[in-house]
Amino acid sequence: MSIVSILGALLILIGLWGMLTQTNIIKIIIGFSILDTGIHLIIVSIGYISGRTAPILDRAVSQADALRRVVDPIPSALVLTAIVIGLAITALMLVYAVRMHKSRGSLNINDYEDLKW
Amino acid sequence: MVKRFLMLVLLISFALMILPLLREIRPATELPPLAQKYVQDGPDELGAANLVTAVVVTYRGLDTLGEVAVLFIATAGVGFLLRRKEKKLGSSPKRPASEILQTGTDFLMPLIFLFGVYIFVHGHLTPGGGFQGGVMIASGMLLLFLSNSATRINHTVLHFVESLSGAFYVGLCVLGLILAAGFLDNRFLPLGKLGSLFSGGAIPIIYSLIGLKVGSELVGILENLRRNDS
Repeated sequence: MSIVSILGALLILIGLWGMLTQTNIIKIIIGFSILDTGIHLIIVSIGYISGRTAPILDRAVSQADALRRVVDPIPSALVLTAIVIGLAITALMLVYAVRMHKSRGSLNINDYEDLKW
Repeated sequence: MVKRFLMLVLLISFALMILPLLREIRPATELPPLAQKYVQDGPDELGAANLVTAVVVTYRGLDTLGEVAVLFIATAGVGFLLRRKEKKLGSSPKRPASEILQTGTDFLMPLIFLFGVYIFVHGHLTPGGGFQGGVMIASGMLLLFLSNSATRINHTVLHFVESLSGAFYVGLCVLGLILAAGFLDNRFLPLGKLGSLFSGGAIPIIYSLIGLKVGSELVGILENLRRNDS
C-alpha cells in the first residue's frame, strides 16, 4: 500500500460516484476521466521503486548499473497505452454527447428514457 | 432513497473489490524478473536508450498496434457520428480572434510543430514518443483553428498521411518478420551506437510513423468537431 495507490483508489471511487449520481452527461464523462486517471495512478504505483529514476539510459544512468537505478518500465508502457485509449474513448463519448444534444436539445440523462425499463 | 442506498452499496463493494489489490502493492526493493530481463538485455538487443520505448514499440509492440487500431476506430466513429451535409464554412460571420492570439499563433505554430517532430523522432532516447509528439502537433493545429476560424485543411492530405503512415507501420512490422526474428522485430536495420539519434534499428522510424498517424487522426477529430460547431 503506497500513498499513490491509495490516492488512485480514492480517485476511482470519486469517479464512480460521479458517474452514478450526476445527471448531466458532460459530468458523467468527467467522472469517467477521473476514474481513468485513478487507474493510471494505481498501475504506475505498482512499478515504482522508491529512490530510483526513470528507465532511460544516459550519462546519469549507465547500462551497467541500470538494474539498481531504474524503476519498472512495463507499468509505464501499459499506462502510456491506457492514456491514449482513454483519450480516444473520451473523444468518442463527447461526440455522442454532442449528437444527443443535437437530437433533443438536452444534456440531462433523465430526458433520454428510450432504453429505460 | 433506495437509489442512494444501492449506490452506496455499489461503491462500498467496489472499494472492497480493489482493497486486496492495494494490499498486494508493497514498496518494491528490486525489479520483477521480466523487468530485469528487459532492463538488462534491452539496450543490447534493441539499441534503445529509453527502455519504456523498447517495451512499447518492440517487446509489447502488438499492444501498440492494437492501440493504434483503437484510436483509428474511435476517429472513424467520431467522423461517422458528426457526418453531415457540407455547409459553407464561415457562412455565419464570426468575431475574429484577438490580435494577441493571432500574432501568438503565427509565432508559436512552427515552434510547436518542430517540438512535436523532435519529440517523436527522439522517442527512443528521451521521454516521449509517437503518441506525445502526435498530440503536440494536434495541439498546434488547435491553436490555428482557434486563432483563425476560416482555416481550411486539406482532407485529402490528412487522409493520405494517416493511411500511409498506418500502412507503412504494418509494413515495417512484417519486414521484421521477413528480415529479422519475428513480427515487430526492429533489428533488420543496424542498431547503431546506444544513445545516438540513428540507433535502435527501426524504432525511430516506427515511432515517427505512429507520431504522424496519431497527429493526423487527432487533427481529424478536431476538424470534425469544429466543422460541426459552425
